Amino acid sequence: MSKLLVIAFDATDAATSFGFAHALGLPFDVLQLTGLSVPSGAGTVTLANLGSIPPADGLAKALQPLVAGYSHIASPSSMGSKDVLAYLAGLLDTGMVTDAIGVVSPTEFKRPIYAGAMTATIKVNCDPIIITFRPGNFGKDAASANGNESTTSLNVTSQATILSESSKGSARPDLSQAAIVVSGGRPLKDAATFESVIGGFADALGAAVGATRAAVDAGIAANDLQVGQTGKVVAPNLYIAAGISGSTQHMAGIKDSKLIVAINTDTNAPIFDAADLGLVGDLFTVLPELQRELKQ
Amino acid sequence: MKLLVPIKRVVDPYAKVRPLADGSGVDTTGAKFEINPFDEIAVEEAVRLKEKGIATEIVVVSVGGPQCEDQLRKALAIGADRAILIETDAVLDSPAVAALLSDVALAEAPGLILMGKQATDDDCNQVGQMLAAKLGWPQATFAAKVEITGNSAQVTREIDSGEQVVALPLPAVITTDLRLNEPRYVALPGIIKARSKPLEKRPATSVQSPKTSVSAVELPPTRPPGRRVGSVQELAAAIKERGAI
Ligand SMILES: Cc1cc2nc3c(=O)[nH]c(=O)nc-3n(C[C@H](O)[C@H](O)[C@H](O)COP(=O)(O)OP(=O)(O)OC[C@H]3O[C@@H](n4cnc5c(N)ncnc54)[C@H](O)[C@@H]3O)c2cc1C
Repeated sequence: MSKLLVIAFDATDAATSFGFAHALGLPFDVLQLTGLSVPSGAGTVTLANLGSIPPADGLAKALQPLVAGYSHIASPSSMGSKDVLAYLAGLLDTGMVTDAIGVVSPTEFKRPIYAGAMTATIKVNCDPIIITFRPGNFGKDAASANGNESTTSLNVTSQATILSESSKGSARPDLSQAAIVVSGGRPLKDAATFESVIGGFADALGAAVGATRAAVDAGIAANDLQVGQTGKVVAPNLYIAAGISGSTQHMAGIKDSKLIVAINTDTNAPIFDAADLGLVGDLFTVLPELQRELKQ
Repeated sequence: MKLLVPIKRVVDPYAKVRPLADGSGVDTTGAKFEINPFDEIAVEEAVRLKEKGIATEIVVVSVGGPQCEDQLRKALAIGADRAILIETDAVLDSPAVAALLSDVALAEAPGLILMGKQATDDDCNQVGQMLAAKLGWPQATFAAKVEITGNSAQVTREIDSGEQVVALPLPAVITTDLRLNEPRYVALPGIIKARSKPLEKRPATSVQSPKTSVSAVELPPTRPPGRRVGSVQELAAAIKERGAI
């Protein structure tokens, strides 16, 4: 029988998986690796109670017996889920669909290719099928209560060892879930300028902060703020791109935003082709004014 | 220590590509091809490890048609010692590529496999992990810094919330992120010199039938054309009017 197992890496994964499970149209269970159980409409929620996510080699091996019997094994797309689930696919010698944005049928999925320049339909001919999906592309229906709840103890032995982890520990909203995202590019010059201009504006509006690869490479912004083909994918109600040229690779991460606003000094910047609202102007004068206007 | 670096031939990431008229695939006629940028970073990292005296030999490998020779030659010019082309004209998915690479890894017995985290054409982000799993090796994906001491690697990885440092016993698979290094520019003499380096072509013996295949390619829905506003006041009003705030 066909059944989906959602592997929830963190506390929010289970709730954001409901839309995908609904689109797939299969009954589903949740394996909650860290964090507590939340309403997700799952048949059974199994809590693994891990304190943190262990290295992929050990975790994928420990998951192997728990995924037996499921036709679909899926998680919201993240660097963490791609790391572990592709290793699991290798162990199971099965196929994988990364970054699903649509379900055609339980064996056919849509996903972006070439930095989102095109959408491919992927036909799957294996069992089980492993999937990471982008929650922003699926419905946000409120999830119903779960059926049963149980716990399992995962016995993880990894060859790799985690020595340390540094998180910028921002008090700001999470990029991939924020309702408003303000991003800055290369013209922000240095980290202090970026923090005061982009960070200050974001805090005034309760927004998350994003950046281009050029800004990250130049040491202007932290790597976990990178939005795009090889960074995070965002889908806020409002995306403000300040001093961003609009490369294909950056646009790949912001296409699903409801309203894209571009502020750029160059009237020919490609970002204006993709933006819903564009203003030619200097971000250093526009952003403070815009902040005042929006707060009124 | 021997390093194995798998590389993929991809359409130039800055080129504009479109679906074929019948929607059956991607139209790459006339396109320029390059080494997948992430794989080029892996080649560069391998060469730096050799320059530091840590690696002794760098073997680059590609799976695909005879055209992949161009990208292997470029990798040799960057500084790899030897190239292998596993020739096949079959349409390959990630499990099939991982299976072919794992055969090469077993035969070559490298101390480390360095490769890109994803290819900029299919954006799959799968082969490195699948290969590590098939070999039963540990992995460090999304590497931003790699240090090798004796028989272990210390890797700074990019993770969703920042950075993580992991220690791996070797052999292992490391996949590269953009910030690991900036590949060197190879001047013409280097490319010419690389022509004398060994490049071995072997037919792919058995290719797995694909578990996933592309049945259609289309353009994503386009956004309705945007609007230019003339002032900050107009911009703020339009944002409010759209209920985005
Ligand atoms: C394999 C690969 C993967 C990549 N992945 C990503 C990715 O995930 N995310 C990403 O962002 N990029 C990615 N890139 C890089 C991408 O191609 C671009 O180089 C990058 O997005 C450009 O960043 P930028 O817009 O900040 O800089 P620029 O292109 O330099 O643009 C700066 C813009 O700011 C404008 N400007 C200057 N001063 C002002 C001012 N005072 N006020 C207002 N506007 C001003 C300029 O007119 C210009 O348009 C990738 C590239 C490759 C090859």
